[in-house]
Amino acid sequence: MTALKLENVNKFFGSVHVLKDINLTVEDGEFVVFVGPSGCGKSTLLRVIAGLEDASSGTVTIGDDVVNTVPPAKRGIAMVFQSYALYPHLTVKDNMGLGLKQEGQPRAVVEERVSKASKMLDLEEYATRRPAELSGGQRQRVAIGRAIVRDPKLFLFDEPLSNLDAALRMNTRVEIAELHRTLSASMIYVTHDQIEAMTLADKIVVLRDGRVEQVGTPMELYNNPANRFVASFLGSPSMNFLERSVPDVPDGQTIGIRPEHLRLAQSGRISGMVTHVERLGGDTNLLVNTDQGETVTVRLFGQDPTEVGDVVRLEFAEDNAFYFNEAQERIFEAAA
Amino acid sequence: MTQTRRIPGTAIAAHAVLITYTIIALFPVFVILINSFKTRRAIFRDPLGLPTEETFSLIGYQTVFKQGDFFLYFQNSMIVTVVSLTLILLFGAMAAFALAEYRFKGNTPMGLYLALGIMIPIRIGTVAILEMMVSTGLVNTLVALILVYTAQGLPLAVFILSEFMKGVSDDLKNAGRIDGLSEYKIFFRLVLPLVRPAMATVAVFNMIPIWNDLWFPLILAPAEEVKTLTLGSQVFIGQFVTDWNAVLSALSMAILPVMVLYVIFSRQLIRGITSGAVK
Ligand SMILES: Nc1ncnc2c1ncn2[C@@H]1O[C@H](COP(=O)(O)OP(=O)(O)O)[C@@H](O)[C@H]1O
Ligand SMILES: [Mg+2]
Repeated sequence: MTALKLENVNKFFGSVHVLKDINLTVEDGEFVVFVGPSGCGKSTLLRVIAGLEDASSGTVTIGDDVVNTVPPAKRGIAMVFQSYALYPHLTVKDNMGLGLKQEGQPRAVVEERVSKASKMLDLEEYATRRPAELSGGQRQRVAIGRAIVRDPKLFLFDEPLSNLDAALRMNTRVEIAELHRTLSASMIYVTHDQIEAMTLADKIVVLRDGRVEQVGTPMELYNNPANRFVASFLGSPSMNFLERSVPDVPDGQTIGIRPEHLRLAQSGRISGMVTHVERLGGDTNLLVNTDQGETVTVRLFGQDPTEVGDVVRLEFAEDNAFYFNEAQERIFEAAA
Repeated sequence: MTQTRRIPGTAIAAHAVLITYTIIALFPVFVILINSFKTRRAIFRDPLGLPTEETFSLIGYQTVFKQGDFFLYFQNSMIVTVVSLTLILLFGAMAAFALAEYRFKGNTPMGLYLALGIMIPIRIGTVAILEMMVSTGLVNTLVALILVYTAQGLPLAVFILSEFMKGVSDDLKNAGRIDGLSEYKIFFRLVLPLVRPAMATVAVFNMIPIWNDLWFPLILAPAEEVKTLTLGSQVFIGQFVTDWNAVLSALSMAILPVMVLYVIFSRQLIRGITSGAVK
């Protein structure tokens, strides 16, 4: 069964076309991540799914029902916002329970579900505090708790980690992944951060300018990007695109090589000078200025003695190279 | 190390300016208060002197209370001010919410139209208002005053409140919608508490002019049983003789309720501002 189906969804704000003909399905229990740069329409798409915005055209189906005209509270969804959006005047407990109370659930049911969610998220000792008395991480857990308590068919997360500091972000990411395993619920997660996308997703949807660029598992997108945008967006440091530095690349084509697929080699095809070295312990990143004036990032595993100013040659396996045409689309048979 | 600690001169100068201003602003109030407790002769002989044993007198207050209707006037003023403020805040906030929250055709023109009243003084329409009140039979009722003051206060209220409401997090309202709160509950339970400082500002701005107004009570409600305090106090000011003791006493007492309301609102104001800043 499908948890969510979008067919030909468009959204206009006035004359601005923000979502362009979106078609998409989310299977039951699937963790789908929408990823794309800021302003590409991720939040808008999520709000259309939630019913907070009406689609200008197209249909939204959740479970078996077309929900275009169903109000948000009746769609069987729950949403976690970037800014937490907790009710400032309610305690943690009441924040989580409000949705159920509005549904008219008996008090015992509300109590039970709230305490279950509090236990799951380690929030029991904060039950009677107000949001202002919690740290950022705790607030975000309350927001997640508020979503869990409603037992939705579909969870929607809008950049839930971007207000947290780096350490907390990692922990909460793991918690969300665990949550998905425990609840085996369908989840849609919006982020502009490709690491979150790669680590959490069963399926990634890459968006650009309101259009779906590519859909697939993280490894499919990584190993087989459909175009230069997807190739550059996923992977860190991001892919190198070279027009001149590699001999035999036809005019008008660009070759894309990931930093980890380059290695130092005496007889390498690319030659240049090291302009910057980042030693991370586990990895060493080199920035190399090629003789043709392009910049290449090289990621070497382990520690490497290369210094700034060294002249190096770089080599790569042809299997690991991607070719793109002038329209930035992938070319599959490399022109020989 | 704060800026003020390094340059104490700045702090002293700032305080000097503020204290000077406070003294200037409070001086008339102070003069009214001390003179209301003095005999008539003492008022004229030494207007700035504090009441002493021989000049102390409560004659002004006695006159005011003997006048009998003072409490009625007081009550009228209170009713008019409080009801007008309530209506201004309620309707102003509702209109502001609609303007800030909903996208509909003519949103911007509607906002401009509602703000137009800020620039056009309502007194220009006095004749038309009087005609309307006469034909609806509202002359000499408190309702007439309340309606006029509400109309007078709404434009600025809508303007200020809609700016503040635009600043209330969309996510919060959306969270409420997903939890099944109605638009009314979102307005009353989520948005209004968050714009409380702005509401207090609007209340303070509107309160004093309404309380002190002489114009509309004189024109729309001059009858004895609907006189406001300001209008009522005028009986002591004659064309030839003025009972200064009574006037000063009435004015002193008129300050009290405004001060109480002001303290209530301004505490909200300060709490709102600091809770936002220190969050
Ligand atoms: N309420 C709105 N009115 C007009 N334009 C909007 C509105 N909400 C979003 N947009 C526009 O839609 C585009 C997508 O916004 P959004 O979905 O928030 O992007 P993202 O979440 O991917 O950063 C942006 O260009 C934004 O300016
Ligand atoms: Mg967004």
